[in-house]
Amino acid sequence: MSAGEYASNARRRRSLASRVLAAVVGGYALTSLSTLAVPLLFSAAGLRQAPALHATTMAGFLVYAGIVIAVFHARSATRAWTWLAVAAVPPGIVAALLLPGAVQ
Amino acid sequence: MKPSFRQSTALVHTWGGLLVGWVLFFIFLTGTFGYVNHEIDRWMTPERVSVSTPAAASDLVRSAEDWLAREAGDAQSWFVFLPAGPRSGDFAVGWRAWPEGKRRFGRYQRQALDPLTGHALNVAVRDTGGGQTLYRMHYRLHYLPYDLAVLIVGVCSMFMLAAIVSGVIIHKKIFKDFFTFRPGKGQRSWLDGHNLLSVSALPFHLMITWSGLIFYMFTYLPTAADALYPKGEARDRFHAEVSGGVGISPGAKAPVAETASLSAMLARAEQAWGRGAVQTIRMESPGREGARVLIYARQSGVGRGGRTLLFDGVTGEVLHAGPQGGTAAGHFERVMLGLHEGVFAGPVLRTLYVFAGLCGTAMIATGLLLWSTKRKAKLAEHQGSRFGIAAIDILNLGTIIGLPIGVAGYFWANRLLPVGMEGRAEWEVHAMFITWGLTYLVAIWRPLNRAWLELCGLAAAAYGLVPILNALTTDRHLLASIPEGDWATAGFDLSAFAAGLFFLFLVRTMYRRQCRKTADATVMAKAVSNAKTV
Repeated sequence: MSAGEYASNARRRRSLASRVLAAVVGGYALTSLSTLAVPLLFSAAGLRQAPALHATTMAGFLVYAGIVIAVFHARSATRAWTWLAVAAVPPGIVAALLLPGAVQ
Repeated sequence: MKPSFRQSTALVHTWGGLLVGWVLFFIFLTGTFGYVNHEIDRWMTPERVSVSTPAAASDLVRSAEDWLAREAGDAQSWFVFLPAGPRSGDFAVGWRAWPEGKRRFGRYQRQALDPLTGHALNVAVRDTGGGQTLYRMHYRLHYLPYDLAVLIVGVCSMFMLAAIVSGVIIHKKIFKDFFTFRPGKGQRSWLDGHNLLSVSALPFHLMITWSGLIFYMFTYLPTAADALYPKGEARDRFHAEVSGGVGISPGAKAPVAETASLSAMLARAEQAWGRGAVQTIRMESPGREGARVLIYARQSGVGRGGRTLLFDGVTGEVLHAGPQGGTAAGHFERVMLGLHEGVFAGPVLRTLYVFAGLCGTAMIATGLLLWSTKRKAKLAEHQGSRFGIAAIDILNLGTIIGLPIGVAGYFWANRLLPVGMEGRAEWEVHAMFITWGLTYLVAIWRPLNRAWLELCGLAAAAYGLVPILNALTTDRHLLASIPEGDWATAGFDLSAFAAGLFFLFLVRTMYRRQCRKTADATVMAKAVSNAKTV
């Protein structure tokens, strides 16, 4: 095996590990963040928060599955991470703004 | 040399997939038995007297209350379980002692009562885990701490859910694939069979996997719930709001007080719901101030759980009638959990449930074999992994055929272990895992093709002979159970026999295929030697 081939192997291994991490850990974090943001929005809009949390948590499993599939579908691991980060911005802002006043 | 990238990836990919697959196979097979857990219970306790017409609930509750006051007067909680027809439990009482020392809960005991006399049932019923233990394994495994088991099952279920969703996306030609089956073509046949099994029960697989995760949703996705409704009072309020039901917490050791009669509360509940609609009565702090009684109605529709009445135990007044003001999400959850458990299903639907569960088990088995065939080809490209390939074959065989043999071992142990044995119920389970473990040894010891044949043959015998085993060890054999209309016992015997026939069919199919291959090889060898001599 040539040195170049070896380096390329190492790169691909890192890329795959990064993708698995993005799917499992990143996907879980994004799912959790979304299940937090949606009930907060409901509550801010004057709607009931508890049923919203209940519904988003149940839907969360499908969301997680969808994110995992999307991450493996992405053209590269870097792109997957970028998309995860972008998707996390809106729920992240919602949580940062609304959570401090929402804890019951 | 360090393993190449492809090699190490192939290893992780292969073994990760197989490990999840083996656990899922275990979950699906043991879970499927859950749909007939009462029938299995019936078969595993042949001494139990079946009562065809249960007495009126009012009589039963009166004798249960007397019995509890006499035998468990100073307890933290009382329970009364009322029977209704063959697919419900016994008439029984339960009680939990006050917690001692630092323990969170006191000891819980249960006693079946004679519905006619109200005395403890004095027929010695063999100590067995029954169908309940088998069914509980599908979400809390065995020999493992509860939290760890639930976590493992959750991770595997999440894999399953992602696999189902992505499987649907992969199969744009899903309906064309459905009508394609090409038997006897190696990997192609496994793939066709896998598609056929997956598609025919797809809605079931999606429902069962998703709802399984919903059972433990706040364990698996706790972040938002913990942030918005921290465990304790806030979380209780959350549950009450979404379900519209009402909870009851373990009672406190308050001063002694005169408490109201359970019979009066039962009458109130039957007035509201109809006769025979009450399933369970739970009383906290019986005979003390602050006593509470919660009466649960029998599940009347698809949705899990149902109506409740909460009473003040001292005055006997109704405090809350649930569900009240439940939400759409709460209703959705109850329906999903109800669909998962299938308590509402009648005989026909129950049979379909078992069939769908077996389809799911077979889908995982074919998926495992398909996966192994492909991954073995990948591993074979790299030298030095012959040991790994052999291990995959052995573990697949020991799981796919070995686990059903282990379960048969559980049933045989129920009949063969001495009735009065110490720790009998646990030893039935040990027998299951020991038998299962031994099948891996057979898979290691014998050449692979032979081992498949022999273990399938063993499974055929282990299931096919169940009716005979039953006839030799009890008087509940088919000639007695069928005329008496004891369909739970008869159905068990007949299903076991059918399972035996299924394994026999596998033996025959595999034997013929192996003969054909050997014949082909002989013909080829002859042709080659002929060609050489010419």
